[in-house]
Amino acid sequence: MRSSHVKFYQTGTFTVGNRLLDDADRSVQAAVERTNSLNSGHRACQGCGEALGARYAIDAAMRATDNQLIAANATGCLEVFSTPYPETSWQIPWIHSLFGNTAAVATGIAAALRVKGHNETRVVAQGGDGGTTDIGFGCLSGMFERNDDVLYICYDNEAYMNTGVQRSSATPPTARTATSQVVGPEPGNVFGQGKNVPLIAMAHEIPYVATASVADVRDLEDKVTKAMSIRGARYIHILVPCPLGWGSAPHDTVKLARLATESGLFPVFEAEHGEVTDRCRIRRKVPVEDYLKLQRRFAHLFKPALKSDVIAQLQGLADRNIRRFDLLAREED
Amino acid sequence: MLKQIEGSRAVAEAVALCRPEVICAYPITPQTHIVENLGQMVKGGEVDHCEFINVESEFAALSVAIGASAAGARAYTATASQGLLFMAEAVYNASGLGLPIVMTIGNRAIGAPINIWNDQQDSMSMRDAGWIQLYAETNQEAVDLHIQAVRLAEELSVPVMVCVDGFILTHAFERVDIPGQTQVDDFVPPYEPRQILDPADPVTIGAMVGPEAFTEVRYLAHYRQMQALWLIPELAEEFAEQFGRSSGGLLHEYRVEGAETLVVALGSVNGTIKDVVDQMRDDGIAIGSVSVTSFRPFPAKRLRQCLSGGKRIVVIEKSLAVGIGGIVSTDVRMALAGAGLPVHTVVAGLGGRAITQQSLLNTLSRAHRDVLEPLTFLDLRHDVIHREIERLETQRRSGPVAENILRELGSVADRIG
Repeated sequence: MRSSHVKFYQTGTFTVGNRLLDDADRSVQAAVERTNSLNSGHRACQGCGEALGARYAIDAAMRATDNQLIAANATGCLEVFSTPYPETSWQIPWIHSLFGNTAAVATGIAAALRVKGHNETRVVAQGGDGGTTDIGFGCLSGMFERNDDVLYICYDNEAYMNTGVQRSSATPPTARTATSQVVGPEPGNVFGQGKNVPLIAMAHEIPYVATASVADVRDLEDKVTKAMSIRGARYIHILVPCPLGWGSAPHDTVKLARLATESGLFPVFEAEHGEVTDRCRIRRKVPVEDYLKLQRRFAHLFKPALKSDVIAQLQGLADRNIRRFDLLAREED
Repeated sequence: MLKQIEGSRAVAEAVALCRPEVICAYPITPQTHIVENLGQMVKGGEVDHCEFINVESEFAALSVAIGASAAGARAYTATASQGLLFMAEAVYNASGLGLPIVMTIGNRAIGAPINIWNDQQDSMSMRDAGWIQLYAETNQEAVDLHIQAVRLAEELSVPVMVCVDGFILTHAFERVDIPGQTQVDDFVPPYEPRQILDPADPVTIGAMVGPEAFTEVRYLAHYRQMQALWLIPELAEEFAEQFGRSSGGLLHEYRVEGAETLVVALGSVNGTIKDVVDQMRDDGIAIGSVSVTSFRPFPAKRLRQCLSGGKRIVVIEKSLAVGIGGIVSTDVRMALAGAGLPVHTVVAGLGGRAITQQSLLNTLSRAHRDVLEPLTFLDLRHDVIHREIERLETQRRSGPVAENILRELGSVADRIG
């Protein structure tokens, strides 16, 4: 991955790293020509990971297509906070139809563009984890299977945040949500459930699948740019921390995304036609506790008593990801 | 050109003549032959500039049509029964967004018990979804209504369902006049969308609307359907001039002059009703009928004009509002508010049960003699019902009702002929 080729002198913020890059490689986000696909004034919460991820992703897609871009958006936080009638934050043609049909709507847009001969105009579909991994899953799988020319972006904050933090199939084990409460013998969300949609996307053998996080927006931009250079069905799954649902400080959004990736809980990788082609290596592996303890949804693992066995189980999931996706940095990296 | 073809093929040819740009296909009986035919025509190059998309569900079918329509393409799909219910959320959405999609419904019963045969419960379940609903009486009218529907939908920016009785029409081979391409092109101009997803002029479609504007947005949906009340007859008139035959419009009257008993129905059953009307007129009974083509918008005023001269109204309907009775008849009563006419509901033809001339004759004669109850079920097997009710009352674990009824009736083979 392009962003992993640069050796930052510290494991830290992207801004520090950006100064080390050649001008051509630096992020354009701070430049005046920034497109601001998702303009200021929207109603996302402070520290919203989804707003951050969406702006970087769609800005990158706009640059990659010379602004010839149309977006279809699932019902959810992103839709609600960006388009309270009669206001809109979107600088691109944008449609919201339903919660569960976004991939299909995008397929329809792509078909219309093809039949009209507007081959230069491209389509992005976007939704949260609920709209993607649960209710929108059938339409998503159909779009993948037909290899429709759509980039689908899932902003994964690991629960139904818009309706008040309910469990989704992307909610991690032990996490507290309104429908996986901290009561009973297995407090929070249970182990052994949930689905890994990036892997399912890969099983459709679509041309491009990637995961990314808002901790490394340059990597995210690169992946969106790459995705837009490919025709056919593409999927990018972005981890976007949610201060409200996770019970975290708004200023910790980026930090949490980084800890999720550096612990191995959220593997960042790329795959083409069903095979993993690259991954973001973990240069300094952190224990899962570092990630968990900053979030109130996991508070029951630490108080009233430290639940070392449960934390060890979560560490086991992280370690499995590290093995499975070969995430640890090697000497030659 | 006159052709002896299956109803589904005729509908497919009519749709193809309207130059659709995106067609979404998902199989469900009895609509399937329509999209099969279209798929063949598109793949074989008979339809230019058209994308035929095999989707994974009816929900996706209409959702793809929504995306295509919003991006400026003329979009079409077809469904029936469970498929229409499965796409229900998208049905409301398409009209809410004002997208002029045309969809054929091959009318079929809704389960459970699962039943593939014709009635109109499916489209009736979507009567309030904001779509214009047109019901074809014959396959010729099915063809003509599709051509008119595209024009109607696009002029008003409202989606239109063309409802065609499953099997009775969709699978019937009969003579149909399929118009020529130039003729249809003259009637249906290229699609000029009111709103379009275009990077050159970005708009946001589908924003969240709160209480401050929701009523107004909904009112405008109603307003557009009220506009359709004059546009539908206007288009039918224009169609008659260009194509030389009368099809569509709000409703068709049949021998209503001086009629004391007036029958109201939707769709293909009007053929049988007309035969019965003829028979009864021959016997000197003052009876006539009205075939309602446009159920949404409901032509209340026009219907009142047709019916108010009568003494009693009988609505024959292929659907049931469980717990109250009729669906169409409720609207007919609304149209006749204050007229003081009795409106009888006759629920008939559910799940494909044949509506025979003899049964209609008996029922309408009873109505004419003013001895028909307000709500009746045509050819209901009272003996079977009573035995099942008795079983339900005496046995707690009485078992699945549908299976019990079938057992009562004996084997399928016994019931044929």
